Amino acid sequence: MNKARRNPVNVFAAHAVLIVYTLIALFPVFVIIVNSFKTRKAIFREPLALPGSDSFSMIGYQTVMKQGDFVLYFQNSMIVTVASLFFILLFGAMAAFALSEYRFRGNTLMGLYLALGIMIPIRIGTVAILELMVQTGLVNTLLALILVYTAQGLPLAVFILSEFMRQVSDDLKNAGRIDGLSEYTIFFRLVLPLVRPAMATVAVFNMIPIWNDLWFPLILAPSEGTKTLTLGSQVFIGQFVTDWNAVLSALSLAILPVLVLYVIFSRQLIRGITSGAVK
Amino acid sequence: MQAPRFKWHIVVFLAPAVLVYTAIMIFPLFNTLRLALYTEADQMRVFVGLENFRTLFGDPRWAASFWNALGNNFWFFLIHMVVQNPIGILLAAILSHPRLRLAGFYRTAIFVPTILSFVIVGFTWKLILSPIWGIAPDLLSAIGLKSLYAPWLGKEEYALTTLALVSVWQFVGIPMMLIYAALLTIPEEILEAGEVDGITGMSAFWKIKLPLILPSIGIISILTFVGNFNAFDLIYAAQGALAGPDFSTDILGTFMYRTFFGFQLQLGDPHMGSAIATAMFAIILIGVCIYLFGIQTRLRRYQF
Repeated sequence: MNKARRNPVNVFAAHAVLIVYTLIALFPVFVIIVNSFKTRKAIFREPLALPGSDSFSMIGYQTVMKQGDFVLYFQNSMIVTVASLFFILLFGAMAAFALSEYRFRGNTLMGLYLALGIMIPIRIGTVAILELMVQTGLVNTLLALILVYTAQGLPLAVFILSEFMRQVSDDLKNAGRIDGLSEYTIFFRLVLPLVRPAMATVAVFNMIPIWNDLWFPLILAPSEGTKTLTLGSQVFIGQFVTDWNAVLSALSLAILPVLVLYVIFSRQLIRGITSGAVK
Repeated sequence: MQAPRFKWHIVVFLAPAVLVYTAIMIFPLFNTLRLALYTEADQMRVFVGLENFRTLFGDPRWAASFWNALGNNFWFFLIHMVVQNPIGILLAAILSHPRLRLAGFYRTAIFVPTILSFVIVGFTWKLILSPIWGIAPDLLSAIGLKSLYAPWLGKEEYALTTLALVSVWQFVGIPMMLIYAALLTIPEEILEAGEVDGITGMSAFWKIKLPLILPSIGIISILTFVGNFNAFDLIYAAQGALAGPDFSTDILGTFMYRTFFGFQLQLGDPHMGSAIATAMFAIILIGVCIYLFGIQTRLRRYQF
């Protein structure tokens, strides 16, 4: 670095812009969480103050816990997200391996076919997806959501994973073949462990949209027993619009798990986005 | 590998992904396009050809809703293009500055809204902008601009723009990250060569960096386009399925949802819903084709 690009005024201006934007990004989240711990009076009188000894209250959380089945919603979201990620990664990696490893007729065509879904949103087919789920009796089951999210995640997963699998050394795989390993053993024992970072990237990419989706839970699984956290909080907040304590607490409860996951995975996510874009 | 036998393992590796993808994504997609050509009469499905589209574009009631939703959708997209992407590029340009302290912290913090669900974002902003709570008017009066305040989400002329800006707030992290990544790949030698020729600071950005990140800006534009033209959740969470006030925030996603499931007195109609989905498909396809053949091929890519 030389002096031409390091000028104290510029550095100061850069920090000023970034601090202002960070405040804009975090302020709404901060306001919601802070006010969820306050009494109704304090929420309205001093919305920007931190909860003090006289304004602290957990009444909103008590209402939420009593009224909404948030533990069940959370569990549903967890099952759907984890199962979808598992199938996206397993099926995606298998297909990516087939496409990147073997030369067979129709390879390129198959690659293009699977890549179609990267640009075309699966929501366009909603009418027929619902019809299909009704015919197969999968409406109001978590399996319906898992299948839809798996189909939705596969195109990008295959695309990213096959890029990475092309980089796995041929010598390693051929050494395995000479040792008499089957193609399946080569895939599961040799190749999969080597593309673990790419798998993590795909997982983190898919996790947030699946967890946050409102459209498919609303259409395919709106029953009480299968509501996801996103749909559950939507319905709950809709019913309690006038109970500000409950609404703010429900919002905070919905923010919390995502925020925790984000803090754990943010490094992976950011590395994934930055390395993916380089390609 | 040279064995002439049929290679079953290739089939085994490909089958699960291809089956799920075909059955849940490709097949329903084409089935939806097909359903748009039918209608229901006496509880029977009847083939009517392009009749649904004639209704959608010809019947004054339907056409008015459709063009309203399409127009709103374009406005929604336009706001993203002129607000979200420039802010994203600006933040990325600052963040990519070498030796900027706390860059990691800023990056992580600015990306937080992107991970929140539309439900959270929609309700949070609804509460903050609400005249009952008064956070927005209080903040504006703190900087002496109280007169600017209006209950934006309740006013027909502001509601859509407000929601578009909320969506920009949520998603600005994505262009920021992608541009940031692109800026990091620009080799130091090129910038130094520019400096030797006296190109520094702002002009280095406009003359050297910006042309080099154009392909990334192209990708972001098409991602924004596809995302916006199948948006639904934010409007639904903030304004409900009726996309009020008076349909002023109605976009294609909410219009399709209402048509498909029915609302108030109108019954749900899967066939008209499919017709709208087909129109959305066509719009997205046109956008993607314009990008692939019109824009991407003209952008010059540089290999370092």
